[in-house]
Amino acid sequence: MGRTLSEKVLGRKAGKDVVAGEVVSVSPDYVLSHDNSAAIIKEFRKLGVKRVKAPAKIVIVLDHIVPAADEKYAQNHKSIREFVAEQGIPNFFDINAGICHQVLPEQGFALPGLLIVGSDSHTPSYGALGAFATGIGRTETACTWATDEIWLRVPETMRIDLSGRFPAGVFAKDLSLKLIGDHGAEMANYKAVEFAGPAAAGFSVGSRLTLANMSAEMGAKNGYFAPDEKAFRWLEGRARVPFTAVASDPDAHYESVLTVDLGALEPLIACPHTVDNVKPVAAVAGKPVNQVLIGTCTNGRLEDLEAAARILRGRKIHPSVRVLVIPASWEVYREALKTGALAALVEAGCVILNSGCGPCLGAHEGLMAAGEVCVSTSNRNFQGRMGHRDSEIYLASPATAAATAVTGKITDPRGFR
Amino acid sequence: MSHGTVWKYGDNVNTDVIFPGRYTYQIMSPEEMAKHALEDLDPAFAKTVKPGDIIVAGKNFGCGSSREQAAACLKAAGVQAVVAKSFARIYFRNAINLGLPVLQSEEAPDRLEAGDAIDLDLPRGEIRSAKGTFAFHPLPESVLGIIAAGGLIEYTKAKLREDETEEKKE
Repeated sequence: MGRTLSEKVLGRKAGKDVVAGEVVSVSPDYVLSHDNSAAIIKEFRKLGVKRVKAPAKIVIVLDHIVPAADEKYAQNHKSIREFVAEQGIPNFFDINAGICHQVLPEQGFALPGLLIVGSDSHTPSYGALGAFATGIGRTETACTWATDEIWLRVPETMRIDLSGRFPAGVFAKDLSLKLIGDHGAEMANYKAVEFAGPAAAGFSVGSRLTLANMSAEMGAKNGYFAPDEKAFRWLEGRARVPFTAVASDPDAHYESVLTVDLGALEPLIACPHTVDNVKPVAAVAGKPVNQVLIGTCTNGRLEDLEAAARILRGRKIHPSVRVLVIPASWEVYREALKTGALAALVEAGCVILNSGCGPCLGAHEGLMAAGEVCVSTSNRNFQGRMGHRDSEIYLASPATAAATAVTGKITDPRGFR
Repeated sequence: MSHGTVWKYGDNVNTDVIFPGRYTYQIMSPEEMAKHALEDLDPAFAKTVKPGDIIVAGKNFGCGSSREQAAACLKAAGVQAVVAKSFARIYFRNAINLGLPVLQSEEAPDRLEAGDAIDLDLPRGEIRSAKGTFAFHPLPESVLGIIAAGGLIEYTKAKLREDETEEKKE
């Protein structure tokens, strides 16, 4: 019997052959944390050790509330900078870098075959490049800093075979919503999700990141694409360390296999207040909207800003709507300046914010009042997440968000070609 | 054996409604966290919850963000256990790492209702109520050591001390 990518990565780390269901104690290649490092430091101090065990494995990216929105957040950032200096942590990215889930791939930490744990639920994003990456909590992050070790259960794997081509106006985000809408928000709880099939190779690295990111909303422990030539080319000049790529064997055991014909998809939208409350955009078209958010770790990459700019170029946003645009990283920001995407968005009336999480998690920069409605390209629409508990979030692709920005009402992007 | 009252919720209770994001990046004491527990799901909860109460819910309890306060705030509010049909994986880890028992049962969430009086017997793996006795899945052996130590911090401290002793012997 062959092995899956997850069994291989965790087996290599454990120094033995492992299969799904086993619990292994392993040493990760990288340990990610962000603004929550301030809370993690407090836990670390309780352990009674002075030094982190492997400073070069720790990656800290300030992204959640950047720049600091008030003095409490400023104090958090300050204590993180002091800890980074005290411990000699080389991999620290301050408020001018971007969202961790874009920065780690761009800066060459997210590599095929590596084991990455992160104190953030969207850590599975790095599976886009063939890493085994999973989210953990704060206390265990503190303990991993001290011990360089963590226990993980080797997950069973669900494979999703993709075939066909997206119709115009349909994107990776719509595919992720189709899966979660049809199979529910816990469709892959505790499992690995492998995106495969004849259409997988056609996915850009950006769209792979969108899908691996959204695997967290399927409940997955990790989500990934087998690393291929496209991934290797993207990593040229970025990879920080040598890596050995692994992929699932042809005779590996999959707990289940789903198939999706991309050609049969249409633009979809997740309605309040759960990610699996998915409907065709056409079914809720016309609903008035107060705010549009284009960005986040799900859909803030260059191809996403370009998709929005294609619709908004030469047009104006509707006067009743506020449009916030957040490039996922400064690399994306600079590229979108060069391509003219940002100019088109600014001319249309969009507000460009610093690379970071923005209002997505409800801490700052564009929170909603009672009764307000936002169409967002982010990954969660839970009640009260982006402001008042009586506000509403709809999740959609950047194209749907941009079309909505033009009309001020939820709008199918296929009319904007 | 410890006594408590049931608070009943549905499927997919997410970490944003258990502990809102607007407080997530503020550093708070457990007592302060407890005041915001379930604030966006059930505003009455934090005001009236009693030590020993249990939360009973459906599938995928704790889905969403990795924020640990979603487990910490319930523990600080006096909740002695959460019983659900299933848990989101990071929530499950966080709860164990903080010493909040998370118990999986298919039957109890279908039968128990808000306000039911229960007795929880952790060692025997049973919830007793007027509606019957419900067994829950025993926790995996690999994590029992963490619970026994009183959470991951204490467990790790003990382990670090052990390692130090080993090194001295060498």
